[in-house]
Amino acid sequence: MASNWTRPLAGLSPTASRGFWAASFLVPLALWCAISYLPFIWHPMVRVVDAGDSTWLTPGELVERAAFATENVDLVGRRARPATGLLSNPVFLPAPHEVARALVTGFTTPPARPEEPWLHQALWHSIQVIFWGFFVSSLIGVPLGILCGALPAMGRLVEPFIEFFRYLPAPAFGALAVAVLGIEDAPKVAIIFIGTFFQQVLVIANTTRRIDPALLEAAETLGASRRTLITRVVVPGIITDVYTDMRVLLGWAWTYLIVAELIGVSSGITYFINQQAKYRAYDRVFASIILIGLIGLATDLVLASLGRQLFPWMKTARSGWFTSGVALFRRRRKGAAPEKVAEEVASA
Amino acid sequence: MMSYLDQAPQVAARFARIKQRPVILDVKGLDKVFESPGRPPTTALERITFQVHRRELLCVIGPSGCGKSTLARLVAGLEAPSGGEMLLDGKAIHGPGPDRGMVFQGYTLFPWLTVLRNVMFGLEVGGSSYAEAEREARMWLELVGLTKFAAAYPHQLSGGMKQRVAIARALANRPSMLLMDEPFGALDAQTRAQMQSYLLQIWKQVDITIMFITHDLDEAVYLADRILILDAHPGRIRELMEVPVPRPRFPDQCVTDEFMAARRHIEELIHPRAAQMEDKLPAFHMTMAGDEVE
Repeated sequence: MASNWTRPLAGLSPTASRGFWAASFLVPLALWCAISYLPFIWHPMVRVVDAGDSTWLTPGELVERAAFATENVDLVGRRARPATGLLSNPVFLPAPHEVARALVTGFTTPPARPEEPWLHQALWHSIQVIFWGFFVSSLIGVPLGILCGALPAMGRLVEPFIEFFRYLPAPAFGALAVAVLGIEDAPKVAIIFIGTFFQQVLVIANTTRRIDPALLEAAETLGASRRTLITRVVVPGIITDVYTDMRVLLGWAWTYLIVAELIGVSSGITYFINQQAKYRAYDRVFASIILIGLIGLATDLVLASLGRQLFPWMKTARSGWFTSGVALFRRRRKGAAPEKVAEEVASA
Repeated sequence: MMSYLDQAPQVAARFARIKQRPVILDVKGLDKVFESPGRPPTTALERITFQVHRRELLCVIGPSGCGKSTLARLVAGLEAPSGGEMLLDGKAIHGPGPDRGMVFQGYTLFPWLTVLRNVMFGLEVGGSSYAEAEREARMWLELVGLTKFAAAYPHQLSGGMKQRVAIARALANRPSMLLMDEPFGALDAQTRAQMQSYLLQIWKQVDITIMFITHDLDEAVYLADRILILDAHPGRIRELMEVPVPRPRFPDQCVTDEFMAARRHIEELIHPRAAQMEDKLPAFHMTMAGDEVE
């Protein structure tokens, strides 16, 4: 087994695959733990426990190691009681257990000021901005991308301009978006849209061009019209790849969120993070950042699992929570028997 | 030694009968030149003229680069000719259409459709209702012996089964002509032999005229009524040969005198002995003394 891991493109056993998946999270976590809990690795600060006879140290304060040492040398030199303290990391690097605690208490702690949002309200607001930006972008971008990929004339007409436009950084349109769309959520959705749309058209167009031309020829010899070629061959032929593209693009949309939320009235998770940083609650800052990552990862895993169920013709396809849910729903409504033919196929 | 021109009385009678039948495909002076900017144009086909009669099985054979696939694609309407004309049932061919079914070497089944829906595709885009298309498609699946796999997806099938679905899909439109472009070329030898027998059986049961492109001599002689032999560079007709092997055909006929004579004749035309001599590898001696393999 072990020797197989060094062979290019060698398959992994399910156990090894799960193990590596877990390790990809556990290794960074272990590094973080090491930096946080092993004082000899970094810990450039000292948290004062007892100020001794020092005139300027106060218990609980964080001071740099060098300053603390100098003060103690000075105190000892004057025959005064030296200060004691524990080595610690700067305030901006909280330990894993502090962040874990903040992850739990973040949802139960009321905001510092009544007009500020709760953590879950801030998150929900961000998710809505992402959703609308991505939804509107896809609504136009996917059909346009497919048309550009399928019809060379259309691609030639649209893509050069989009190729130019995608180099314009989305945040550069912040001021313009606020001027046109006001200061609430509309300009934020617009920034997500600008960040996603142009990439989306190009990516989908390229995916569309990868369709096997032999399938189009086969459909033509079967009497398909040009319109039918697009609706019944191109679209179903690329839908699984488009679905994968969309998962990647959704990740990109998240990266524009922070910029988008700084525009106009700062809102959502960005506002929450900024407020916590102002209060120097870095454990909550970390907790919020990790939450964004967890939401992204969870969304992607759900979409991947959904994809395997939505496209039964793929080799990796299997039934699961979604298909069995739909089957249950159908059976309740119609009282129909499950398809018998599928079993025959499975046994053949 | 028997000549390929010697026909048994029943074979000669069969050819006489075929020639009485109406012409399905009439190809007259067909030229195809491929032009790409920056390079000299290449002539793929030159002055191709032949006729295919109703329910005839015509094989097209030739060395690689002779344009035999191009010929099939021209008749299918997937390429436009540079000159000449093609008539199907007396009507000029312009572009692809459901009156000519095509089976490709690469299967080209739609991976997102089940076997049944693949066969229904042509009927559905042709305007049949779902129920009607399904009834028709199930009949064609029965003909190719794949009823049990109606609900399977193409990736679950073997190569031979995929190609049977492709044949059913092409036939479901009830075309005048079935064009087959090296359909069994990607199959292993055993499956290929089986598919050839299936094809002859289907051809016997269905009112269909077949043009079959191949590079396999045995396949051509085993299947064809007549064989169109092409030359390469440029692709011209070398000969239109009548196969003297009587029907019905069986796989063990391949050792009969008629079969051997026909095969030998095509081989001479395609790979002349003189050319074979030129193609020899240079002599090398990189072995140990005493372990010669003769």
